[in-house]
Amino acid sequence: MTNTTRNLLLYTLICLISLLAPHLAPAFRVQMALLWMMILFALTWDLGGGQMGYNSFGNIVFFGIGCYVAAVVQRDLFFAVEGQSQATGDLATSSPLFNYFNGLAVGLALAVIIAVAVAAGLGSGILGLRGQYFAICTLGVGIAAGEIASGWGYIGAGSGMVAPIFPGGPGQNATFFYYFFFALAVTCFFTLKRLYASRFGLAINAIRDDEDKAEAMGIHTTRYKTIAWCISAVFLALAGGAFGHLNNFIDREVAFPGITFGVWMVLMAILGGKGTLWGPVIGATIFHATQELFWTYLLGWQRVALGLLIVVIVVFFPLGIMGWLRSRWPERFGETVDLEARAAPISLGETR
Amino acid sequence: MVDNLLLLFNAPILSAQLLVDGILIGAIFALAAYGMALVWGVMDIINIAQGEFVMLGGYVTFFLAAAGVHPLYTVPVAAAALYLLGWALYRTVVFRVVDKDMFISILATFGISIFLQQLANQLFQADVRTAESGLGSFFLADGLIVVSQIKVVSFICALILGATLFLFLKRSRLGQAIRATAQNARAARIMGVNTDRVFSTTFALNAAICGAAGSLVVMTWLVHPYLGLAYTLRAFMIVTVAGLGNMASVLLASLGLGAVENFAGFLLGTEYQAAFVFSLLVAILVWRNALLSRQRKYLK
Repeated sequence: MTNTTRNLLLYTLICLISLLAPHLAPAFRVQMALLWMMILFALTWDLGGGQMGYNSFGNIVFFGIGCYVAAVVQRDLFFAVEGQSQATGDLATSSPLFNYFNGLAVGLALAVIIAVAVAAGLGSGILGLRGQYFAICTLGVGIAAGEIASGWGYIGAGSGMVAPIFPGGPGQNATFFYYFFFALAVTCFFTLKRLYASRFGLAINAIRDDEDKAEAMGIHTTRYKTIAWCISAVFLALAGGAFGHLNNFIDREVAFPGITFGVWMVLMAILGGKGTLWGPVIGATIFHATQELFWTYLLGWQRVALGLLIVVIVVFFPLGIMGWLRSRWPERFGETVDLEARAAPISLGETR
Repeated sequence: MVDNLLLLFNAPILSAQLLVDGILIGAIFALAAYGMALVWGVMDIINIAQGEFVMLGGYVTFFLAAAGVHPLYTVPVAAAALYLLGWALYRTVVFRVVDKDMFISILATFGISIFLQQLANQLFQADVRTAESGLGSFFLADGLIVVSQIKVVSFICALILGATLFLFLKRSRLGQAIRATAQNARAARIMGVNTDRVFSTTFALNAAICGAAGSLVVMTWLVHPYLGLAYTLRAFMIVTVAGLGNMASVLLASLGLGAVENFAGFLLGTEYQAAFVFSLLVAILVWRNALLSRQRKYLK
């Protein structure tokens, strides 16, 4: 069996199980939806933190922007929600165009636009600096966004805001958002897979390995860094918008959960193996499963364990699970090199 | 906000009050910043757990003060306790990442910071704490400017600590070794400097300075488990503006930051003070980026 057919089989199997999962275990639909969201978190963090060497501790900002923008669009354009407490508002007009799903779509689109604008604006502002400045800056941005959200009356300030209730029977929103997050995570995975195999992937890996040399080789490092961050922002904003709707209630703690989701995405990516495609997926799956199984029994100590776990992984297990597999069984998990392409004469295309 | 601005113009004495308060607080920032510059310069590590050291130093003083010791006497105790913690952290974790890539050490210290922060939250609860020093206030300009004595005392303490550290680095044998390692660790090792010991001392010293700073913070202000990040970012901001290894400009930048922050807190309202600190950090980095990109025009 060649590599390609094996991969194809693996993908088909995973997709099949995932598509059937909500029907097999309907009680766990929300948890499984969150699993896909965790995978998405880890993948998007790894794009910057693993592949590019730019640790971001504030990616949660885009998630929060997604949450709030999607909810505000629903509230102001589609549903006339009276006051903050009443969740079931009437539709703003009787036109069939004004329904929950169109509202969600418009909200998500706007969320993506705003998140990308923020990423590009902030990125072009600070990404010319080296990684350490970026890391500390994002640390501040994540908190600042939360502080602003909790003080801004238009988006509900401290008391939060509600998203409209999902039309249809009870529990149907879980199924809908399960498939939504599934599609989103899969799209994200294949987008990144495609990107890592392209010139873009080589460029951001070069930035990670030696930024000065990459720059000297003529790579527009700032541009690549900004684009990479924007891609993270797109997926995180989509995830945020959907999560806000799934959760129905949005406030600072839900939208900017720096100490939970924000730290988890770092942990999951490095646990699975940063800088690999499958690593974040594996890390997120393991983390989410163990968290659901016994994490809750730690009663408040889980966040302490979280910090400890990060230190332990970074210091003692820096390669992560995927990296360990690679070094243990390189013939099975190692990077494959296309020998034919290697042997072919180097094309001198892209000379500008 | 506009009202407060008008108030400042109508009552200029208020500006003086804010300025004095801000400068007195700024000296405490200088301690954390100087420690960060030391570790950054010598070990090439940006310590994200810096603020957590400050926070823990504050708790040492708080608990000793609650046990009946006058808080001012606990400053050396806090420093000593944090020295041990810093040394222990170096021996267990930090020495493994000291020669690694900076982005590994940032992740590691980020983990330490989360760990200490949440540990404090579990052990000491999330309440806001303060230690009462029992000192009164100075009244200047016919009582229009009120300066609490503890702020003046802590300002002086901060200056003395900074000066001691400065002299230690300049004069003592170990201080010279630290400076030599900062210049070139490999060359220092060849010349017989035990760089491992230098690193452990540097990291522990940094923790001790932060601990002392925290002890001053809890007397003049307050302390709670989530305090750390703001101090880390302030220290980072100050070092970014002032540069590594220049004591005078670190002090100047810290006093400036203290004053600016105090004015912003007054104008925007205290609930936005934290947001202001973080936004200021972004603004400073954007400004720095713009400065640097001017030198890099050739790439475009």
